[in-house]
Amino acid sequence: MQPVATTFFFYLLSGLAILGGALVITRRNPVHSALALIMTLLAQAGLYLMLYAPFVAGVQIILYAGGIMVLFLFVIMLVNIEKAQKQEQFNKQWLVGIAAAAALGVLFVLVYMKGKALFPERALQLPEQSNTQEIAVLLYGQYMFAFEIASLLLLVAIIGAVVMAKKRI
Amino acid sequence: MLDYIQGYLSSNLTPGQAGNVFWVTVYILIVFGGISVAVIAMNWLERKALAHFQVRLGPMRVGPHGLLQPIADAIKLLTKEDIIPSGADTFVFWIAPLIILCAAFTVYIVVPFGPTHAITDLNIGILFMLGVASLSVLGIVMAGWASNSHYPLIGALRSSAQMVSYEVAMGMAVVSAILMTSLHGLGMYGVAAKSTGTGTLSMIEIVKMQQEQQVWFLFKFFPLGLIAFAIFAIAMVAETNRAPFDLPEAESELTAGFHTEYSGLRWSLFMLGEYAAMIAVSSIAVTLWLGGWMRPFPHWLAGETWDLVFSLFPGLTFLGLAAIAFIGVARMPKHPYFKIQTAGLGGFGAVLGLIGVVLFVPLVRDRIQDIYWFAAKVAVFMYLYIWYRATWPRYRFDQLMKVGWKVLLPIAIGVLILTAILGVVL
Amino acid sequence: MAPITTLHYLVAAAALFVLGVIGVLTRRNVVIILMSIELILNAVNLNLVAFSRLYGLHGQIFSIFVITDAAAEAAVGLGILIAFFRNKETVNVDEVDLLKW
Repeated sequence: MQPVATTFFFYLLSGLAILGGALVITRRNPVHSALALIMTLLAQAGLYLMLYAPFVAGVQIILYAGGIMVLFLFVIMLVNIEKAQKQEQFNKQWLVGIAAAAALGVLFVLVYMKGKALFPERALQLPEQSNTQEIAVLLYGQYMFAFEIASLLLLVAIIGAVVMAKKRI
Repeated sequence: MLDYIQGYLSSNLTPGQAGNVFWVTVYILIVFGGISVAVIAMNWLERKALAHFQVRLGPMRVGPHGLLQPIADAIKLLTKEDIIPSGADTFVFWIAPLIILCAAFTVYIVVPFGPTHAITDLNIGILFMLGVASLSVLGIVMAGWASNSHYPLIGALRSSAQMVSYEVAMGMAVVSAILMTSLHGLGMYGVAAKSTGTGTLSMIEIVKMQQEQQVWFLFKFFPLGLIAFAIFAIAMVAETNRAPFDLPEAESELTAGFHTEYSGLRWSLFMLGEYAAMIAVSSIAVTLWLGGWMRPFPHWLAGETWDLVFSLFPGLTFLGLAAIAFIGVARMPKHPYFKIQTAGLGGFGAVLGLIGVVLFVPLVRDRIQDIYWFAAKVAVFMYLYIWYRATWPRYRFDQLMKVGWKVLLPIAIGVLILTAILGVVL
Repeated sequence: MAPITTLHYLVAAAALFVLGVIGVLTRRNVVIILMSIELILNAVNLNLVAFSRLYGLHGQIFSIFVITDAAAEAAVGLGILIAFFRNKETVNVDEVDLLKW
């Protein structure tokens, strides 16, 4: 199946993602930042779909946009942000921070320009119809150990978060 | 151009899979229109059915037997004043109902009305549906937060906690149904053929697996399919904030919960999103357990004559509805004030009868089969929703959370493990 | 327009990464910093999935694990935030200085 209008959708989705990212770091109201982050996450799920990764796109929508962002919104509501919204939003070292990030960006650009020959564009196209099945074969075969460790990690995170947020232990 | 349009008609894929943008747009418009009509009909049916359950008549004045009541409601809601509470975050207040509406309607692009009658068939169909349905929690949280008032905030927190809890049990029940797609073999216990070990998440493939295994997943591995379906049926009622789990929006408890401060058009967007979400999760249940678009008894009562008998059902349904309308006409009071209503009801009955007669034409009869059986099964679920609301009292919030985490989740995990064991052993 | 190559996806991921780093380094609100960390993780995921189109499914599996880790880390980070907020009534990172003399 030929993808429809790949160039247009790529620029649209990545533009939305980067716009969302810019809004996250500049909004005064954390709820607006959370909304912008949701926009970024959903645009990213669209980018995953364009990269022939529908399972990762589905996981991104369920876990990130539907789970983690709900968690963020809950905590924003629990924490009193009224006072924080009236204070100064950017810290005293903001110029140094932006300079460091700009240096990082320049580093990225140099790496990509010099190393373009390292990842030649192959015509490998992953079949989209059996993506979930093939991920399952790899996940439960080769990466079984990592899978079990990840579930243990989630258990530890759940217990830790519950203990830390309780009023009296 | 014309053979771009014609070229799709001879293929046996969904238009999304065939990549045909024109037919995708046509299907999207048809589904959107169909769901809107279904929501309007559901609104009317809920008021009439609740009234009849409570031994009263319901709306009778607006049209014959209240048939034009939803239109009157829509006009009233559209012309109400749009109030935004002071101190409310205007942008978030505005966008919250839109998120719920978009999440509720985006789900329909993978709902399979037939083997080729879906907008598209994603490889991750059921995962997509569950994920996008979980985005409506975000809309509810934002609606409660942006209203800048106590009752909506508490209602939103309760509602989102409830939805997130029941999503877990729902997911487990869905996983055990997906597990059954890979456990081949014929009939209830699957002992005839051996399993290929490859299941599928795609909605159309799930129904095709039920067709191959010659059993609805409701009856597969006998009590297990039924228990998984029961867990999903309970969780989906909680997921859509309907009775008996409607504490967050109950009028006597929280003055309408998270949509207290919304008036007019915005409130109607919430209701539209709620009914659309109800139809969406019912179609998940129908696809996963009740055989999707398959007619009843496709293998026990097989053959040409039985196919013919079952293909008469759509026409007979509409003729039956027309007959009920004409009985209503006969029972109308013979007073000159009721002339218009009697004529209206007679006209409505005539339209239904005409549709019924059209559905007897063999050309239409063959094509409408799948969509009819799917819609009939979803309609049964819609009636069950109304029945639950009329019959059962509300759960208190702590009882609700206890049922979700301490009762449904362990049973769902147990069903999953037993399904896996039975699938490997048998 | 030129056809979209892997380099386009990498540049988009780099832009998201730099935005996330700016957010972590310049904002004072802890919740915004945590959200910027999520931006960084997403940029890494986009990189992984973009390369997995060329080199097989391992990148996608790694990105599933990264998403799982991000969920765990967000939960723990927000738990710490709530515990700290209960003590000091502020979400300002500059005031997390209980160990200073």
